[in-house]
Amino acid sequence: MTSSTLRPASDYPPGGDAFRHRHLIGIAQLTPWEISYVLDAAEQWVDLNRSGAAKHDDRLAGLTIINAFFENSTRTLLSFEIAGKRLGADVVNMHAAQSSVKKGETLIDTAMTLNAMRADAMVIRHGSSGAVQLIADKVDCPVLNAGDGRHEHPTQALLDALTIRRRLGRVEGLTIAICGDVLHSRVARSNILALTLLGNEVRIVAPPTLTPPAIERMHVTTFTDMDEGIKDADVVMMLRLQNERMDGAYLPSAREYHALYGLTEKRLEKAKSDAIVMHPGPMNRGVEIDSNVADDPVRSTITEQVEMGVAVRMACLDILTRRKRGVVGWN
Amino acid sequence: MELKPLHITGALLIDGDTPRPGSLLVVDGRIAALDPAELPDGTETVDAKGQWLAPGIIDLGVFATDKPAFHFGGITRAALMPDNGPLDGAGLVERAAKGGKPDLWVHPLAAATKGLAGKELAEIGLMKQAGARAIATGRARIADSGVMRRVLAYAASLGLVTIIHAEDEGLTAGAVATDGEMATRLGLASAPAIAEAIAIARDLALVEETGAPVHFRQVTTARGLDLIRAAKAKGLPVLCGITPAHLLLSDTAIGDFRTFARLSPPLRSEDDRHACLAAIADGTIDILASGHDPRGPEDKRLPFAEAQPGMAGAETLLALGLGLVRDGHISPGRLFELLATTPACLLGVDAGSLAVGKEADLILVDEGTPWQVDAKKMAAWAGNTPFDGMPVQGRATMMWKGGLRIR
Repeated sequence: MTSSTLRPASDYPPGGDAFRHRHLIGIAQLTPWEISYVLDAAEQWVDLNRSGAAKHDDRLAGLTIINAFFENSTRTLLSFEIAGKRLGADVVNMHAAQSSVKKGETLIDTAMTLNAMRADAMVIRHGSSGAVQLIADKVDCPVLNAGDGRHEHPTQALLDALTIRRRLGRVEGLTIAICGDVLHSRVARSNILALTLLGNEVRIVAPPTLTPPAIERMHVTTFTDMDEGIKDADVVMMLRLQNERMDGAYLPSAREYHALYGLTEKRLEKAKSDAIVMHPGPMNRGVEIDSNVADDPVRSTITEQVEMGVAVRMACLDILTRRKRGVVGWN
Repeated sequence: MELKPLHITGALLIDGDTPRPGSLLVVDGRIAALDPAELPDGTETVDAKGQWLAPGIIDLGVFATDKPAFHFGGITRAALMPDNGPLDGAGLVERAAKGGKPDLWVHPLAAATKGLAGKELAEIGLMKQAGARAIATGRARIADSGVMRRVLAYAASLGLVTIIHAEDEGLTAGAVATDGEMATRLGLASAPAIAEAIAIARDLALVEETGAPVHFRQVTTARGLDLIRAAKAKGLPVLCGITPAHLLLSDTAIGDFRTFARLSPPLRSEDDRHACLAAIADGTIDILASGHDPRGPEDKRLPFAEAQPGMAGAETLLALGLGLVRDGHISPGRLFELLATTPACLLGVDAGSLAVGKEADLILVDEGTPWQVDAKKMAAWAGNTPFDGMPVQGRATMMWKGGLRIR
């Protein structure tokens, strides 16, 4: 981490004007300086998390955070849980599989129930695009989107931006290739928004069956040829390919996908010699990414992304609860 | 109670392209004369005070018998889609036909296939005897071309028009929006707009072969309209319709995941919307309908992809149609052809225009008064309008059904 990328606090508007949102629903609502404000705020949590035994900061002590996950997740849920606990909050997890959602209760009713339990923040993942916004409109506390359908996954884009910034010293003016199942990916949408907003050239590399219609309207260029798409890229960002996409409807087979779109050592030679390789996890080794690329300590940032995830989520929880906690300037 | 003769004076009659001052006499529930020289004894007079006197709206293709909404909207007859039930038997059709009498006439559209499943012919002949005025494929099309061909030929032999929903189910499977920037940004599953043209092309080929008359209930894309235009030029027995939504809104209206703007077919691009406006101006589109489909919170207060499509349109149909007149797309006379005359013709009912001998289904229209659409204050049993908050002008102030004052 070069300290030059950290902006002095005086670069940002004072108090709550630095991040003028009650919720974090998507990158689409953010300005470039709000993104950079979150990234800067996350740096201190990276340092804390690396600082040996005592990783506690009690600024959220006494607050209750509900992680309501209507769609299965291990990594993101764990990351948010750790982030909340490191800040001293009481963190409760609700899994859809164990909840009344299965009994036919509507999403709004579930949200109102959680709201009545007086949470101070809710972290929500749902399989349907727009579901998190729907809940946010009905509850009294800040809502963080932990992924809604194919729409957005803002904390993933923020942690990816932080990872890039720390690895390459900046997250602007870079050429970034996002490769794989863009059609079904909320990670891709949030990253396209964040990375274009910060002034990078973003390319989409995907088979035509997994390229969203009119995606070029999001200021990206599209490629169907992987070698061409990652040529001279600074960042090769791989996406997870869900197994059910490989059954013939979107792709003929995993084998063919690997041949055409898998990131191999040889293919990676097309990118810049110091290009980094990213993946939001969980990986399908041997399908979208080869093990020797994923495990390359110099180029792969995959474990670092997980680490940044906790720091970015701590920053988001801290920032979004400041009004509640009466932090000076945040009313 | 015996109906007194009724003389409506001081009106602007909509019996040509432009409203003209005049009066209208109703005797025994039918239009007896325009600008009558003498009146029968005991004639009751109503002064229209310069308002438009127009035929009552015949709303072709609604999904619920929602009388308060229809009466608010100046709708005297509604052709009910067969989806609820579904209306695939004579008894059901007969019951649906009685659903609105005496102050609203419901004309049931018979299900084309049993259970609307698209597999076997329904008892179309028996349903016709029970009061069905046309048949319909429902919310979806008949996927099997063989079944569709037999349905068309069979209905035509009974003198019934087949009302078609035109979307190719292979392309639209799972989709809740039209391909485009908006659907992609929102992360919604979408289908290409050509799903409509592909479906229309198949059915036009079948029409050409069978000679069966058809009505495409909603044509919403430039390519679909081009096909209809070409078919009409060839002289095929084809009509098509649209709702105000596809004329006035494009897919940007689904931004923020507004489920009230989730429609079937989905809202299209701005280019397609302009093509629809051009097609209503050049006469390609024959019928303007509400598509009235009231949906409560249990169907709409959900994530976008889980919500049901449909809008409550009956109350806004007239005002939005008047907007098309005001914006210079169509004349007042043409508006009521779209709203009443052509639907009457399709259904074979003796109404829908201000002509001597027609049933006196009439509305007075105050075409200038502004009001604001408010989803929370609708007469319909659900307020799922995509036009919530929109300022509009014009509403029906009085209504007669068969000469009987109902509002």
